[in-house]
Amino acid sequence: MHGQQSSPSPNSSQPPRWADRLLEWFVAPHLVEYVQGDLQEVFYKRLQQVSLAKARREYGWAVLQCLTPFFYKSIPPTTPGCANKFNDYPTPAFTSMLRNYLKIALRNLTQNRVYSFINIGGLAVGMAIAMLIGLWIYDEVTYNTYHKNYNSIGQVMTKGNFNGDAFATSEVPRPLEAELRTKYGNDFKRIVMARGDENHILSVEAKHISQVGRFMQEGAPELLSLELLQGAYSGLKDMNSILLSASAAKALFGDADALNKTLRIDNRMDVKVTGVYEDLPYNTEFSGTQFISTWDLMLSDNKWMRDAANQWGNSSFRMYVQLQPNTTMEAVSAKIKGVWQAHVSEEDKKYNLQVFLNPMNRWHLYSEWKGDVNTGGRIDYVWLFGIIGVFVLLLACINFMNLSTARSEKRAKEVGIRKAVGSRRGQLTTQFLSESFLIVTISFFIAILLSVIALPWFNELANKRMTIPWLNAYFWLISVAFIVVTSLLSGSYPAFYLSSFNPVKVLKGTFSAGRFSSLPRKALVVTQFTVSIALIIGTIMVYRQIQYAKDRPVGYNRNGLLMIEMKSTDLKNKFGVLYNELKRAGITEHMACSNSPLTGVWSNNSGFEWKGKDPNKTQGFGTIWVTHDYGKTVGWQFTTGRDFSTQYATDTVSSQRGLNAVYSIIVNEVAVKYMGLKNPVGEIIKYDGYQFQIIGVIKNMLMESPFEPVKQMVYIANYDQANTWMTVRVNPTVSMRDALAKMEMIFKRTVPSVPFDYKFADTEYGLKFAAEERIGKLASVFATLAILISCLGLFGLASFMAEKRTKEIGVRKVLGASVLNIWGLLSKDFVALVLIAFGIATFIAYYFLTGWLHKYSYHTEISWWIFVVSGVGALAITLLTVSYQSIKTALINPVKSLRSE
Amino acid sequence: MKKTVLGELEELVLLVVAASTEDVYGVPVREELQRQTGRNFTISAVHTTLYRLEEKGFLLSSVGGATAERGGRSKRLFALTAEGGRVLREIQQMRTRLWQAIPESKFQLLGI
Repeated sequence: MHGQQSSPSPNSSQPPRWADRLLEWFVAPHLVEYVQGDLQEVFYKRLQQVSLAKARREYGWAVLQCLTPFFYKSIPPTTPGCANKFNDYPTPAFTSMLRNYLKIALRNLTQNRVYSFINIGGLAVGMAIAMLIGLWIYDEVTYNTYHKNYNSIGQVMTKGNFNGDAFATSEVPRPLEAELRTKYGNDFKRIVMARGDENHILSVEAKHISQVGRFMQEGAPELLSLELLQGAYSGLKDMNSILLSASAAKALFGDADALNKTLRIDNRMDVKVTGVYEDLPYNTEFSGTQFISTWDLMLSDNKWMRDAANQWGNSSFRMYVQLQPNTTMEAVSAKIKGVWQAHVSEEDKKYNLQVFLNPMNRWHLYSEWKGDVNTGGRIDYVWLFGIIGVFVLLLACINFMNLSTARSEKRAKEVGIRKAVGSRRGQLTTQFLSESFLIVTISFFIAILLSVIALPWFNELANKRMTIPWLNAYFWLISVAFIVVTSLLSGSYPAFYLSSFNPVKVLKGTFSAGRFSSLPRKALVVTQFTVSIALIIGTIMVYRQIQYAKDRPVGYNRNGLLMIEMKSTDLKNKFGVLYNELKRAGITEHMACSNSPLTGVWSNNSGFEWKGKDPNKTQGFGTIWVTHDYGKTVGWQFTTGRDFSTQYATDTVSSQRGLNAVYSIIVNEVAVKYMGLKNPVGEIIKYDGYQFQIIGVIKNMLMESPFEPVKQMVYIANYDQANTWMTVRVNPTVSMRDALAKMEMIFKRTVPSVPFDYKFADTEYGLKFAAEERIGKLASVFATLAILISCLGLFGLASFMAEKRTKEIGVRKVLGASVLNIWGLLSKDFVALVLIAFGIATFIAYYFLTGWLHKYSYHTEISWWIFVVSGVGALAITLLTVSYQSIKTALINPVKSLRSE
Repeated sequence: MKKTVLGELEELVLLVVAASTEDVYGVPVREELQRQTGRNFTISAVHTTLYRLEEKGFLLSSVGGATAERGGRSKRLFALTAEGGRVLREIQQMRTRLWQAIPESKFQLLGI
């Protein structure tokens, strides 16, 4: 009687329409009339007292207040007097229909146990993987975001071209600081010079511990937005001050208050603790920085660094900047591009040095450089795993779709009857969707459980410390979205397919899915197996590549080798004493010093000259300064010539003999090849005014990346330079445990101010494979689970196929088919599908793996047998999966299968 | 035997229905409550309480006449049952007993 008029005339002085509809929708039908009546009565009364808008608002509010369980859950009272009054009420959609759908779904689930297990199990595993990968990606993407100035922090880098080798480096010269501050100061909020993470000895009284820290300029704590537990941001103002991380403070001072205490760095520099900051989380660039001391202190301690103030040629420093909010990284990069080039000599202009900013949000995910081009980095893995995650989830969804459609014939009758009785297609769709929603929701909770169980293990595998963000609203938001999307994804096809059946045909019994109805299902199986096989091939390749690099000859004997960094002058001075003491105790076979660890080449020099040098050959040589025993200690092997010896005075470079002497030099095979020498021994190499004679050629020693070619190297005996790393060969007759215990004792006695801090050479070497191994392990886990999920689907599919053809098989058996015949008959289809998948997977895997392998200079080839093995493997797994069902069906007594009806 | 515990609002609503000389429905009950207590009650609360009381058997409802001001919707009229009356009595007696237990001097001491 109201409500017909559409014009906003006095007649529209009605309660808001939405409120009424809402009320009618949710309130239990036997109550609607009275509640609404009362609400409207109040509304019209209020209309005479207040404005229309206000009355409407009040009405809406009153309706919302009725949104309590009482109103929609209410069932009619059963008291004798009013029992009959409310019996014939219609069903509201929300309360009963959905409940009805879910009830049917639940009954379907419990009735078909195998089917439910396959669906829920597969989906749960798929989701759990997607969840773990999601966490991993989240962790990677939020790397460094702990720092509040994340988006405005950059590192000053340079790139250029050095004798044909393009390079990019984060090491910059000191004068750049003054240049940027004076000329471009307006663009920068903070400029902080720093040294990289280094090991230093922090001492409090007799306690000496080795900690990683940095020397940085004053604005560092603000730039990094450190959370100070004690002290103030201005803590680095005074030269002799230090900020400690909470864990470093605890290690040094225990539970005592660290603030304002003094400590000593490297047994030389006294500093006062002016602040304690909360440990940085593990996923930041600065997570290893346990202390920050002042730049000025480091300069005062170090002459060459002081001298570097005006040397544009000495790039040994780092510079972090925070930009003003009104500018961008690109803009500032463009401005400061030429600041260095303007200060180099005419001759060096050819290096084309360019200064630029590398924003913090690219440090982690885009950390790889090839020459001066940024080639990505971990972002590749983020994409790779993201894609794998989506695919694994897709596999699980495909299972669901396939099984539902395969069962369609079984449910066709149900659909037919429902339609005949008057179900609309929309209702059927809703029913099937709610069924898939139920399955997905159950799977989701199992998936969460699985993730919780697998997380510690996954963390170890991925070398992370991730946790499930229970309290993060986004996590739940995404989870809900995830459930909805997955149920739509996996439920849509069955829902629309099943609801499209023609009831007349179905019920007449002439229903058959048609010749091409199984085509989409087949396509889905092919997709599944393509993904699985491609993953298997990929995994095998990753392992092959790792193994290939691991088997690479290293050119020296790693066993029983220890490396000790000589951080303090005390240790350097006492090397001789240690040498004698350890030897006398019978712990060591040999000991030597060098300027690089065994697992790296820290020094590169160019400018070597030799007879017949091709002027185009301008690359530098890796240079290792060693003591006499170095070769004996590491166990290098000579192809020709001899080792350094104390018998020849000229073997050792000494400033006393000056430039005129001819010293000895040992080179590696690559160097001989690079120099193009036929008879290397005896040849003279000139460098820096010195003359060196080659006395021996050693087999290539693998000191850097096992995936890269060995560099041309020269080894020179020089006691002044060989002073950063000590290499110790432990006597093989002594057990490593005893040796370490004794060594520590002797160390403590000889150099009490230095903590005994050693590394195993083979462990350090093994670390070079860590990233690849991690990827390999993750890939193998994903591949295994992918094939598992695919097989689960196949198993379900095969069982329905077999069930469908039970009668046919009965007839065949009666007519004399053997079990083998029938097995072949049932398996044939699947074998064909897997073979097609194999063909596609081979293509895809070959394409991607060639690209991946070319990232490594030292790489294995893709051999044909990998594809054969994966293909045969997949086929075997398929047959195994399908055979159970085929044989089971083939063995059924035809009397039984044909008797029914 | 189900305990006949009444909440405060339940008791008030029951009293209002009992006090009325004829059948009442949601709106007058709410108005009377507001008049008597000075507090504001939502329709939702009043209705919930009325139906609860009906379920408990203290009230009896019947469908009453529709009026235009309600958009033609009929009313649900409530009347006190014998059971409801008994409960109110019990409550009153219990209260009286408690009142009588208070020593007169106490209020005098407090100056009330």
